[in-house]
Amino acid sequence: MTPAETPMQRERATTIYERSRRGRRAAVLPGAEVPEPPLEELIPAELLRAEPPGLPEVAEPEIVRHYNRLSRRNFDLDSGLYPLGSCTMKHNPRLNERVAALPGHARLHPAQEPRRAQGALELMWLLQRSLAEICGLPHVSLQPSAGSHGELAGLLLTRAFHADRGEERTKVLAPDTSHGTNPASVTMAGYEAVKVATDERGGVEMDDLRARIDEDPDRVACLMLTNPNTLGLFDENIAEIAATIHEAGGTLYYDGANLNAVMGHSRPGDMGFDIVHVNLHKSFSQPHGGGGPGAGPIAVSERIEPFLPRPQVVRRDGGDGGEPFFDLDLERPKSIGRLRGFQGNFGVFVRAYAYILSLGADGLAEASETAVLNANYLKARLAEGRAGERLPVAFERHCMHEFVLSGRPMKRELGLATLDLAKRLLDFGFHPPTVYFPLLVEEALMVEPTETETKESLDAFAAAIEAILAEAEDDPEVARRAPYTTPVRRLDEVKATRRPVVRQTLEG
Amino acid sequence: MTLADASYPDDLRYHDQHDWARIEGDAATFGITWYAQDSLGEVVFYDPPEVGAAIDKDASYAEVESVKAVSDVIAPLSGEIVAVNEALGDAPELVNEDPYGEGWLIRVRLSDPGEADQLLGAAEYRKLLERE
Amino acid sequence: MLAAIGAESVAELFEQVPVPLRLGRPLALPGGMGEAEVLERMAALAARNADADEQVCFLGAGMYDHHVPAIVDAIVQRSEFLTPYTPYQPEISQGGLQVMFEFQTAISELTGLPVSNAGLYEGPSSVASAGYLAMAATGRRRFVVSRGLHPHSRETLATYAVGYGAELVEVGLRDGETDGGALAAAVDGETAAVFLQSPNFLGAVERVEALGAAAKEHGALLVVATDPMTLGVLKPPGEQGADIALGEGQPLGNRLDFGGPSFGFFCATEKQIRRMPGRIAGETEDVDGRRGFVLALQTREQHIRREKATHNICTAQALNALAAMVHLAWLGRAGYRELGELLVRRTAYARERLAAVEGVEPLHEAPVAREFAVRLAAPVGRVLERCAERGIAAGYPLGREYPEHEDGLLVAITERRTRAQVDALAEALGAAVAAEGGDFAPDGATKSPVGEGVGR
Repeated sequence: MTPAETPMQRERATTIYERSRRGRRAAVLPGAEVPEPPLEELIPAELLRAEPPGLPEVAEPEIVRHYNRLSRRNFDLDSGLYPLGSCTMKHNPRLNERVAALPGHARLHPAQEPRRAQGALELMWLLQRSLAEICGLPHVSLQPSAGSHGELAGLLLTRAFHADRGEERTKVLAPDTSHGTNPASVTMAGYEAVKVATDERGGVEMDDLRARIDEDPDRVACLMLTNPNTLGLFDENIAEIAATIHEAGGTLYYDGANLNAVMGHSRPGDMGFDIVHVNLHKSFSQPHGGGGPGAGPIAVSERIEPFLPRPQVVRRDGGDGGEPFFDLDLERPKSIGRLRGFQGNFGVFVRAYAYILSLGADGLAEASETAVLNANYLKARLAEGRAGERLPVAFERHCMHEFVLSGRPMKRELGLATLDLAKRLLDFGFHPPTVYFPLLVEEALMVEPTETETKESLDAFAAAIEAILAEAEDDPEVARRAPYTTPVRRLDEVKATRRPVVRQTLEG
Repeated sequence: MTLADASYPDDLRYHDQHDWARIEGDAATFGITWYAQDSLGEVVFYDPPEVGAAIDKDASYAEVESVKAVSDVIAPLSGEIVAVNEALGDAPELVNEDPYGEGWLIRVRLSDPGEADQLLGAAEYRKLLERE
Repeated sequence: MLAAIGAESVAELFEQVPVPLRLGRPLALPGGMGEAEVLERMAALAARNADADEQVCFLGAGMYDHHVPAIVDAIVQRSEFLTPYTPYQPEISQGGLQVMFEFQTAISELTGLPVSNAGLYEGPSSVASAGYLAMAATGRRRFVVSRGLHPHSRETLATYAVGYGAELVEVGLRDGETDGGALAAAVDGETAAVFLQSPNFLGAVERVEALGAAAKEHGALLVVATDPMTLGVLKPPGEQGADIALGEGQPLGNRLDFGGPSFGFFCATEKQIRRMPGRIAGETEDVDGRRGFVLALQTREQHIRREKATHNICTAQALNALAAMVHLAWLGRAGYRELGELLVRRTAYARERLAAVEGVEPLHEAPVAREFAVRLAAPVGRVLERCAERGIAAGYPLGREYPEHEDGLLVAITERRTRAQVDALAEALGAAVAAEGGDFAPDGATKSPVGEGVGR
C-alpha cells in the first residue's frame, strides 16, 4: 500500500554541519582597530581555549538554503488548521512583527535608565492595565516568561501570602484534568500535589473537593483551576468553589490557558480567583515559534499585591503638576523577589499590546464569541455521521472554545487508536488536535479551532475525519501505518529514548 | 516486541497493582505482569534500586519508563533486596519480551512470608483484569 | 452554523456562564483600530526610548549590542518557523526538531559539555533550574553562590529557593574574583551545588577549575554561568570541571528588545541527562529507515511526569534558539573565534584607555574578556547623565547591587563598539568626572564608608 516516495521524503535530512566545508564562512567581521597582542598577554594561557569549538563552515547562500529547506519540513499555522486544544492557535497578525521591530523597542537595552525608556515602561503599564481589565483583577506583573513560569509565580505568591499570616500550608489541589504544568509547578514551589475528581458534568466534583480540604483544612494552600476547564466546559459551581477554598484559607489560582473562551464575557477576578496567569502566546496572538517565546503575566487581587515580583512597573505622579512618569519599582519589602533577569519578554508585550489595540474592547469580546461559536459548530459537525458514532463527545452539552472527543468506540470497533487517526490527518494536510489529554477521557482528542478559522476550514476538517473513518472501516491498516506523505513517516520514539543521541558527533 | 498472548503463569502470586511474585522459601523474585508491560508500551529505561535496601509491601520500589509513561513498580511483599536485574540496563525491552523470566526486576529475602496470603492467584488476577 | 449546532443564538452558547458572572458591559478598553493607527501609537511609544541607535551602548550586564546578521531576521520571520506549535507531531515538525538538534550540538561544542537541551527562558532563571537539578542529583539543599554571579541570577535563585526549601550561602569577591578561601570554607557535605560565573558580573575571567575543586571534594555539583560570545577564546566550563554550564543566550542572534525574549542555554554531563529540564531533540529513524528527529526523553517533562517532572517548563524560547543557531552558522568556526579575539583585544584597549583618564581607574586588575569595571571619582549617576547628553550610554552603575562599589561602573564591549566610540567614551567620562567630581578626592577615594574589594 505504501505509495512512492515524495520528493521531500527522498531528500534525506542533512544537518548544517554536514553541509560544512573547511574554510567556508559567511561573516565578515570588522578589523580590530586596536593593538593585537597575543591573547596570552591579556589572559593567562591556562584560562584560554586550545581548540575552537566545532561550528558549521558555510557561506551565506548555503545557510539560507539550508534553513529555508528545513522550514519546509514544518507544518505551520500560516499554512493550515491547527486545532490543538488548550493551545489557542489563532492567527498571528504580521502587523505585530512590524511593530516589535521598531528600533525604539527592538534596540533598547534593558538596563537603560527608566527615564530614557519611558515609551517601553508606559507600554508595559498600558498592557498591565489592559490585562487587569480583561481579567478583573487590579494588579499585574508581566515578569513571568510563560504559563508555567506564571504558575510558579502564583504558587510562590501564595506561599508568601500564607507565611505573612504566620500560616504554614503544604498542599495544593488541582483537578485530575489539569495540564501537566500545574502539578509540576506545585512540586517546584515546594507543595504536595493533591488531585480533585471531576464529576459527570465535567466540572469539579464538589464532594471530593470538600473531602480533600477536610482531610487537612489548615494545610490546603491553594486550588488551581482553569475555567472553562480542559474539557472546554464552564464550571457553573465556580462561585461555590471559590467560597469553599477561601473559607478554608486557601488561594484560588486560574490557569489562563483557556481565557480565549471568555474575554469580554466573564472575568476570572469576578469568578473569585485571586491569581490569574495569562498566556500571551495563546489568547493574545504571540506566535508560538515552534515552542516559544511566550509570556505568562499574572494578575492578582489586592491582598496578593504586596508579594508581587520585583521590579514592578508603576506609574508615579509627576508631583507639582509635573508629567506622570513610569518607573521600575524596586522598593517592595514583601515581594517574592525576582523570577528572571530584567523586566520580562518585552518583545512579546509589544506584540500583545498591538493585538489588544487592534481588536479593542469590541474585538476581544467578538474573538471569544467566535471561538465559542466555531468550537460548537465543529462539535456539531463531528456529531454527525461516522464521527458521531466512533468519536463521541465526552460530555454532552454546549462546549465553550474547545471540546473533547473519545476515541474509545473507534478503538474497540475499528481497532484504530486516537494516535492513528492523528497520524492519518497529517496526510490530509491538517495538524491533529491534542491527543491523549485530558487523561480522564479514554483515547482523548481535544479540539480547539479558535476564532480565526472560517466555516469552510471547519467543514474541511470534519470531512477529513469522516473520510479517515470511512477508510478505516474498509481497511484500518491504512491509518495504523500513516502518515505516508509527510517529510518523514512514523518515527521510532523508542529508539530515540532508549539510546538518546542528542547532538551530532563531529569529526576532527 | 511483546509476547503474542497475555499469560499469567499459575505458579506465581499477583498483586492488584499488576506486579507478580515468584516465591521460593523465604526468598522471592518480583516483576511486572503481562498487562502492565502491555499498558506501558515498549520499556526504554529501568533504574534499579540499591541492593540491601528494605522494601515494604504495597509501596513503590522503582519506576519503569516507556516512551509515553512512567509507572511505579509496587512491591507485592516486604523484604530486603538481595539482587537486581542489571541486564535491564542495556536491554530494558526484556521486560516486554519476557516479563516473568528475563524481565525480572528484583530478588528479595522476605521479612514476612505470611504476607503472601494477601496476594492473588493467577485465576483471581485474570478476573480482576476482566473488570478493568 | 447556529442551525447545525441547534442553538438560537450565540448567547445561548454562553448560558453555561452563570448570570452573576457575566460581565454585562463592554470591557473598559478603547475600541479596536486599524493597522495604521496601531502603528502610529506604537511608534509614538517607541520614540520615547533612547535605544542603541540613539545612544552609543556600553551597557552590558548580560545583554549586549551585538550585530545580528540580516539573515537571522529573514529566517526567523518565515511562517514555517514563526507560527507552528511545539513539535508534538514530529513527522510534520522535522524543521523545528532538526534546528533543535543542530542548536544542541553547537551549544554543546561551545560549553564543552556533551548534553544540551533546546533552551530555557533566559539566563537567571536557568541558574535557578540548575539548582533544582542539583537538589535532585544530590538529595541536598544548600547552594553556595559566588557574589560574582549576576545579581539577577542570585536574586532569582533566592526566589526559587523558597519553594525548593533550599538555603543560599553567598561567597564574596576579592579583587574582582571569587574569594577561593572563603568558597572552600563555605562548601560542605550538605552542599548541592556551587555556583560560579565566568566572566563574572564585574567582567573578570575566573579560575573556575581551581575554585571548583571544593565542590568536587564534597560531592557537590559545579554550576558555571558563562557568556556565549566568549567561548571561542576562553576555556569552556566543560573543560574546567563543570557539571552544568549555562547562561544568557541573548548575544547569539537576538536583539536587545528591552530584555526579552531571548533564551537560556543549559548543558550538563551525560550523567545528568535524565534530570535535564526542558525539551531535548533526539535523532532516530522512521519506519522506512529515514533519518529524523523527535522530542526525546519526554518522560522527564511535565506533560507526562506531572508532579515528578524534572521541571515545569512547557513553552520555552524555540524561535530565539533558532536565531542563535543561524547566527552561529553565520559566524562559523573561524568567525566565532575571530569575534572572541576581537572582543578581548578591544576590551583590553578600552580598559587601558579609560584607566588613563583622570578620575577613572579599573575596579580590579583581573583578566577580562568583553566587559570590565571602573571606579569613578564622581557620583556615577551624574556622570552617566552627562554622558547621555553626549549621546553615550556609558555603562551599568554597580552601586545599587554592589553597595561596596558605589563608585563603580560596568562597561561592555561588542564588535559594534569601534575604537572611535571607545575614545569618545573616554573623553566623555573624563569631562563628566571633571565637572562632577567636586566632592571627591582626586585619587578616586569616595566619601562612602564602605571599603574596597571584599564583598559581603
